Amino acid sequence: MANELHWLGAAQAAAAVRARDVSAVELVRAHLDRIAAVDGTLGAFLEVTADRALERAGRIDGLLSNTDPGPLTGVPVAIKDVLDVEGVPTTCGSRVLEGYRPPFTATAVRRLESAGAIVLGKTNLDEFAMGSSTENSAYHVTRNPWSLDRVPGGSSGGSAAAVAAGLAPLAIGTDTGGSIRQPAAFCGVVGLKPTYGRVSRYGLVAFASSLDQAGPFGRSVEDTALVAGVLFGPDPRDATSAPVPVPDFAAGLERGVSGLRVGVPWAFLENGVDADVMASFKDALRTLEDAGARTVDVSLPYLPHAIATYYLIATAEASSNLARFDGVRYGLRVDAGDLLGMYGETRDRGFGPEVKRRIILGTFALSSGYYDAYYRRAQQVRTLIRRDFEQAFETCDVVATPTAPTPPFRIGEKTADPLQMYLADIFTVPASLAGLPAVSLPMAHANGLPAGLQLQGRLFDEETLLRAGHAFQQRTDHHRARPAAVA
Amino acid sequence: MPRVTVETVEHVARLARLSLTAEEKETFARQLDQILAYAESIQSLDTSGVPPMSHAIASGLFRDDAARDARMREAALAEAPDAADGLFRVPRILP
Repeated sequence: MANELHWLGAAQAAAAVRARDVSAVELVRAHLDRIAAVDGTLGAFLEVTADRALERAGRIDGLLSNTDPGPLTGVPVAIKDVLDVEGVPTTCGSRVLEGYRPPFTATAVRRLESAGAIVLGKTNLDEFAMGSSTENSAYHVTRNPWSLDRVPGGSSGGSAAAVAAGLAPLAIGTDTGGSIRQPAAFCGVVGLKPTYGRVSRYGLVAFASSLDQAGPFGRSVEDTALVAGVLFGPDPRDATSAPVPVPDFAAGLERGVSGLRVGVPWAFLENGVDADVMASFKDALRTLEDAGARTVDVSLPYLPHAIATYYLIATAEASSNLARFDGVRYGLRVDAGDLLGMYGETRDRGFGPEVKRRIILGTFALSSGYYDAYYRRAQQVRTLIRRDFEQAFETCDVVATPTAPTPPFRIGEKTADPLQMYLADIFTVPASLAGLPAVSLPMAHANGLPAGLQLQGRLFDEETLLRAGHAFQQRTDHHRARPAAVA
Repeated sequence: MPRVTVETVEHVARLARLSLTAEEKETFARQLDQILAYAESIQSLDTSGVPPMSHAIASGLFRDDAARDARMREAALAEAPDAADGLFRVPRILP
């Protein structure tokens, strides 16, 4: 049924609540019912905050007669369980934080709630956002709503699956090397990784501080733009948040792509892209051309080194950030006589295999004798990758690639081989290293499974990405498809 | 390229305060060797004169360096595995 409340988009839902055609409580209930019906199968949520959501929805309904709560009035939103909501457990998908209830709320969440949004709960993820499939969660797997034996992508797999399956019209994820864009592609939804610094990271548990960025998922670009306008902006509590003005994204959406130059790094795409994904990508480029854009070949010669560069830098930063989980201040403590024993046992028991692997790799890359050859050299190659993009943007306005080289893979397919899992991030890590904004848009299915078109833009130019994405969605129906597996 | 051995992993794990089982050490040594072999590609690049990039944006959003009462001490201590007298309590440090 097309008019079921749980399939309402965020913009539509906010308009309906503001017009009092539907109450915020009804809207929240419809989503809680949907979660109750399908999330046992899907596993998108780690915690559903039903009472808190209904209580807040009731308050919003009460306010409506004399105030306008904001652009997201009554709109349910799912939050990746790496962002804090005061009093609600934050696990980061890890045993080491089991039972932890943060005494504060992340700025990103506070901004959503101040705009009238209602938090439905916390979504599943790869432990500490380390992974590309959500299989590294210490709690349970999340299934792809389009094909239940496949992964939803990761690390924000729960958020992407929730939006794709109609459990929430919006979700927040985080993206360090592709953790918003790749699950968006795998689940057939829109995912936006903003420019580094666009969204405050206060209350976001750190993985790799020079790369981490929070951003939204939606089913349409229109909805994604709406929530981006709420999330973006500087925060005195985060010195890395950028004091850059936030444009009115909704106002610019309709301006079209006439004359837009879409750069395609054909040489970089030559090898390793699944044939069906490539066919779908070429079809998407033709759609942009039909809308008035022009494609140009661009050269990004250092991109083949992006995975190596990323996995040295991200793990080095992670090894430092995760030092705080030591059994002293929060979560798990395993007693083992003295202090050092307690540290070691707590961390061995609390962390899963992928997190330990990355701590080991990152500590190695930073250790005496290897620092220059690995960490410092990776930072230099990062500069070269950044320069590649700067050069490309002299002849184009956005750089297009598939979001992921393959359609969603099967649960268990890559868990035994970490390097194969890392290679799934080949098209998403470059923009992360360069700090650029990038969006993943649903394009034609590849062999019956969702696939994503990635557009990467200049620093702080999310506006062009959203405008191009909206033009694409005006000419395509891929974002309107609903997953039959959870109908 | 340095070969990653079980001894390498033991050394790094000690630095990272991770107690690992014998099986974990074996597995990680094999996998890290494989990952570092892949990462070897960046060793052949000419990076002379290229400055290292530590952050994507040189931001400067600094607030005044003023002391404030965060009023969070009790709430923070309530999350600790062990606390006493307004402090986090840890096992014995000196033998």
